[in-house]
Amino acid sequence: MSTRNKTLHQAAGAITFLLMTISIYMIFIYAPMEKVMMEVQKIFYFHVGVAWNGALAFLVVFVVSIMYLMTKDGKWDRYGMASAEIGLLFATLVLLTGPIWGKSAWNTWWTWEPRLTSTLVIWFIYVAYFLVRGAVAEYHRKATLSAVFGIIGFLNVPIVYYSVHLWRVAHPMVFGSTGGGLHPKMLHALIVTVFAFTFLYIYYMLKSLAIETSRRELENIKSVLRERID
Amino acid sequence: MLLRQGWHIFQKDLLLEWHSKQVISSMLTFSVLVVVVFAFAFPPSRGITEAVFPGMIWVAFTFAGVLGLNRAFVSEKHQDCLMGLLLAPCDPVSIYIGKTLGTFFLMVVMEIISLPLFLVFFDYRIVGSVGLLVLIIFLGTLGFATVGTLLGALAANTRSSEILLPLILFPIVVPILIASVKATGLILTGSGQVEQLVTWIRLLVVYDLIFLIAPLLLFEYVLEV
Repeated sequence: MSTRNKTLHQAAGAITFLLMTISIYMIFIYAPMEKVMMEVQKIFYFHVGVAWNGALAFLVVFVVSIMYLMTKDGKWDRYGMASAEIGLLFATLVLLTGPIWGKSAWNTWWTWEPRLTSTLVIWFIYVAYFLVRGAVAEYHRKATLSAVFGIIGFLNVPIVYYSVHLWRVAHPMVFGSTGGGLHPKMLHALIVTVFAFTFLYIYYMLKSLAIETSRRELENIKSVLRERID
Repeated sequence: MLLRQGWHIFQKDLLLEWHSKQVISSMLTFSVLVVVVFAFAFPPSRGITEAVFPGMIWVAFTFAGVLGLNRAFVSEKHQDCLMGLLLAPCDPVSIYIGKTLGTFFLMVVMEIISLPLFLVFFDYRIVGSVGLLVLIIFLGTLGFATVGTLLGALAANTRSSEILLPLILFPIVVPILIASVKATGLILTGSGQVEQLVTWIRLLVVYDLIFLIAPLLLFEYVLEV
């Protein structure tokens, strides 16, 4: 890894760490306690943070998929895979933190409530993205097919969201038309948390791309070695 | 031009299917089989039938549809037929159009035959408008066929196409399933909630349009590899 890259990684790591620390302070000490749900409500900040990251990651998959199909540059495919991996991780976390909130808010782990349901469907879409990748061996074909699926999958997200919303209704509206029912201090904590998670996403992306680059370098070294031995 | 070339490919597939009747017979058998399985899974009493009938027919239609989609492109892989089609002096998009027409047509034939059977099996009387029901089935099947054909081509290019297709298709067609089942339910029970029905129909139309246009742009990439 070059020195410039190393500095970049360290900087991203440091900023993420700092922001995470501040956000944890703000969540647990700065933000007031919720009257009914007490401590359990604190998971809400993380829940929104990871949900934001999942959405961001899938948006990136969509954009780089289009870039790949237009340019056929392998770089975009690596971005797409890295982002989809992180997106799937955070979508899984949304599905884990959601029920924890739901258990105390609605006294049930799972309800077929619009956002939980649409998150589940979107989770399946990105699992499918990896199934497509896994089912193809050849590099160019894998990149093209998964880019096509990345685009189709993302186009589908708003429709899934809208249709599931029509299907069932009942989720705490955070950002309503009147500004939502959040205490200003809670809102501050939420904004900082979302920023912290965004940097966590960037940090993960850097690491994931670095791993992928090393993997390719290793492949190259292997093939050179193989030629020499033969 | 594009449509005419697509039409020719559709005719070719139809002729092949007319000789073998392999796909349509398996689709039909499967759709009826699904409904029979439903009869065992839920006691077919009056109240339960009312509740599950719309969902049941769409499960049967879509599951049987996957069978058809799997064949649409896998059959072309035999002796490199797909390469032959690509070499033909026509736009690759016309292959998509032809295959979509083919899938849509086979699904509609399957639905026309199996829906009356379902009605007889469950002694179900349609209260609402039959014309509207036909419209919903048309829109739902069209959306399923458009996105299904693109994903069918995608899956056919992988190592495990038959296993892969349902796994990547069903999450994508969730909106179609929801809208079709809800709209079918509203029509079958004849409840006069016109406003809701219009919302679902609008959703189906929007979905159909999006996934009629997106594959036209993406299909070339799926086949070029």
